[in-house]
Amino acid sequence: MKCACATNYNTVRMMADTGSEEIAVIGNTDLTPSELENNIKNTMVEKGTTLLKRMEISVAEAEKRTGKNAVSMQETYTVYLIETRAVDAASEGANPAPDSLWRRYSEFELLRNYLLVTYPFVVVPPLPEKRAEFVWHKLSADNMDPDFVERRRVGLENFLLRVASHPVLSNDNIFYSFLTQEQSWKEVVFETGFQAKADSRLKALNATFRVKNPDKRFAEMKHYGDELQSVISQLLRVRARVADRLYGVYKVHGNYGRVFSEWSAIEKEMGDGLQSAGHHMDAYAASVDDILEEEEHYADQLKEYLFYTEALRAVCRKHELCQFELEMAAQDLTSKKQQREELATGTVRTFSLKGMTSKLFGQETPEQREAKLKTLETQIEDGEEMVKEKNAECEEFVKNAWVDIERFKEQKDRDLKEALISYAIMQISMCKKGIQVWSNAKECFSKM
Amino acid sequence: MMSGTVVDSSSPTAAAPDDISGSVLELDEDEDLEVFSKDTNFMDGSSLNTSMQTSPGSMVNQYKFEEEEEQSDTKDIFVTVDNPESHVTAIETFITYRVLTKTTRSEFDSSEYEVRRRYQDFFWLKCKLEEAHPTLIVPPLPEKFVMKGMVERFNNDFIETRKKALHKFLNRIADHPILSCSEDFKVFLTAQAWELASHKKQGPGFLSRMGDTVRAVAATVRGVRNRPEEFNAIQDYVEAFSQKMTSMDKITQRIIKEQKEYLEEMKECGPIYTLWSGSEEELVEPLKMMASCLDRCCRDSEEHTQYLSSNLLPILHEYVLSTETLKAVLRRRDNIQAEFEAKNEALATKKTDSEAESKMLSLAWDSLVGKDPDEIRQQKQQKHKGEIKELKEEIDKLEDKLEWANNTLKGDWSRWQKSMRSDLKAAFTYTAEKNMEYYEKCLAVWESFLLSQRTEASEGGDRDES
Repeated sequence: MKCACATNYNTVRMMADTGSEEIAVIGNTDLTPSELENNIKNTMVEKGTTLLKRMEISVAEAEKRTGKNAVSMQETYTVYLIETRAVDAASEGANPAPDSLWRRYSEFELLRNYLLVTYPFVVVPPLPEKRAEFVWHKLSADNMDPDFVERRRVGLENFLLRVASHPVLSNDNIFYSFLTQEQSWKEVVFETGFQAKADSRLKALNATFRVKNPDKRFAEMKHYGDELQSVISQLLRVRARVADRLYGVYKVHGNYGRVFSEWSAIEKEMGDGLQSAGHHMDAYAASVDDILEEEEHYADQLKEYLFYTEALRAVCRKHELCQFELEMAAQDLTSKKQQREELATGTVRTFSLKGMTSKLFGQETPEQREAKLKTLETQIEDGEEMVKEKNAECEEFVKNAWVDIERFKEQKDRDLKEALISYAIMQISMCKKGIQVWSNAKECFSKM
Repeated sequence: MMSGTVVDSSSPTAAAPDDISGSVLELDEDEDLEVFSKDTNFMDGSSLNTSMQTSPGSMVNQYKFEEEEEQSDTKDIFVTVDNPESHVTAIETFITYRVLTKTTRSEFDSSEYEVRRRYQDFFWLKCKLEEAHPTLIVPPLPEKFVMKGMVERFNNDFIETRKKALHKFLNRIADHPILSCSEDFKVFLTAQAWELASHKKQGPGFLSRMGDTVRAVAATVRGVRNRPEEFNAIQDYVEAFSQKMTSMDKITQRIIKEQKEYLEEMKECGPIYTLWSGSEEELVEPLKMMASCLDRCCRDSEEHTQYLSSNLLPILHEYVLSTETLKAVLRRRDNIQAEFEAKNEALATKKTDSEAESKMLSLAWDSLVGKDPDEIRQQKQQKHKGEIKELKEEIDKLEDKLEWANNTLKGDWSRWQKSMRSDLKAAFTYTAEKNMEYYEKCLAVWESFLLSQRTEASEGGDRDES
């Protein structure tokens, strides 16, 4: 039965996300419908019955397709099979076939963009990389390469599991339809009108503006995101070079295998020992492929957090934007109030073009002044509303975003620690293999 | 102190061996050296004569190679090469090595010797041994010249490698039942610098050496006609073995290179984790631990590579060089056989031509000078018989020489094979052990990492490794 714990790596994630020791697919059936309802609003991970607790999700397969694209050109692309099954059904022992549909990478991207726009206060899980980066030379950088596709499949599954276990994101209907609605999902997404927001969001992210009073925590978080990004990039680069070198070391030993084999042909007493030792050398050389494949998982875990830093930065920027808009609104209000005061008292304290022109061309009539005052009053009223709104927005955003950032931090600490541990386990496995091979070789040599 | 005979101490390089007495050694400041007795045999330079004195048969019986195993228990001579020192003169700069000998052998007047030797001296020793024992397998010397782009002749690694190889060289000679008895070897180990120089000047003169060379070249040109099958087999083996050893040498060098490059990259990992730990709170400990583990693994890797460089590689290289020696030995044996064959042919020719010759040309000549044909014929026949007898004697000598050469070669070949098997078996076995050791050390490092993290996530360490 293909379940959400498709690979060890994903199991870790899930268990980390839900914070519980049990495998989440065996759902929590204790809650009543009303509690379920309430819990959806609850953003605490531990108590939330996220979608994942009710549904098994997996990206089971990948397939190549060819078809006509938007400009009627023939293209080859990969589609991924998403399988879902209600947890209840499985736990009752019925074991029905899962529902499934095919999605391509661009649809995942669409989903993610929608989520980014719709939940700006959430550190949205990243997708696996679009193109292979940080590759070491033996690994193909080709998007069509089966190993790359396989790793991407795992990454996409991981993405879905993370979204499905997120206290806020998992309740999104668009997400649900992505998993279940084969036809016209794209149309549904576009109907939400998120595109418009998407464009303005992008603009805002890239704009430069100075915020006078940002929340210190967000500033620190942004800085942290930058540092994390830098450090993980360095690590991935070095790791790729190390992999290259390790590959070289192991593969050259294969030559020992060849020479021992040839050499054994001319020896009488040493022949057998050499021959069998040669086999072990070949085995040693071949073992590096598996070793490096396992290491690739570690790299993928790091990459996920590399990409997460972008999402983290986006949330911090959004805060800055909110704060900036609030400050702008407040500034605007202040200036309008000042204008009113000036108009009321007749003093010109601040330099303004209006003031100058009236000085030059004569004062305005009382009627004109009256009209202006009225407009200003309205504007001030609106402005005060605006400031109130913005303030509320900001506070709301800070509250929600900080909750998610805290959640993210905990998740990050858990996951990265797991990653380090699994790296150590992998190294141990590599060492054990090495000991085994050389112990075998030693035995052969001793029989020489 | 010695009451010595009259010695002209102002000219220490005396001409003839007999003039050199032990008293000259009083000039030596070294307290460790015991004073020598006046043993003129000590300075007998010509070691060539000693080996050819007895018949081949008795020689072969003497050299019982099977007793080799006992020798290691009853090893009575220990040689070390160490302490390289640089010497600068007006003309050149060179390195000398200290050669220490400890022995209980009766041929040695003392039980301990300390001398300094340079590469030239080792080379001289090798040549002398090969001269005296053309079909014995003399151990290889490290290369004379530096190859492969290593510019600095006095680079520390180079000196260290050479020193170890020289040590090996002398020890192999010391372990050899015949070579270790060589007079030249003894002189090499015991004589002071100027004594050695004087000894070197002795031996067969230039002209006689030239004669040997000419004969050798002639034999080479002629080639051997009927090489015994067993030597063909040895030849084939040596050819193939040489290729394999060269490959092994190259592969090992490549592995060392790759490992060094791997180490260079690995060394960068630890610092990055340390840097990272500076940004974290919860993850500080695991990250720092990672950095520490990676550093420890780097050190282990370095040690392992060092082992390969200084232990496995030299022995492989030594065997690459020894195949050259083997080829030369086979060639020399071939030459001896060729010489023998040539003489046999000459004899056969002489015999068949005896009748015909005297008939034609000499009769014509004799009639010209008016000599009595019968008398002359008799004279000729006498002369001819004499020549044949001489040839036969020479052939007998060469036959003995060939038999002796073949037997010593066979004996030494079997000895060499045994050595080779045991050396390479030991080297490979030890290399496998070292590899295991390296992985065991790394394993311990990573297990300590897991242990340190085990206090936190209970599921982390329990998960089974694939």
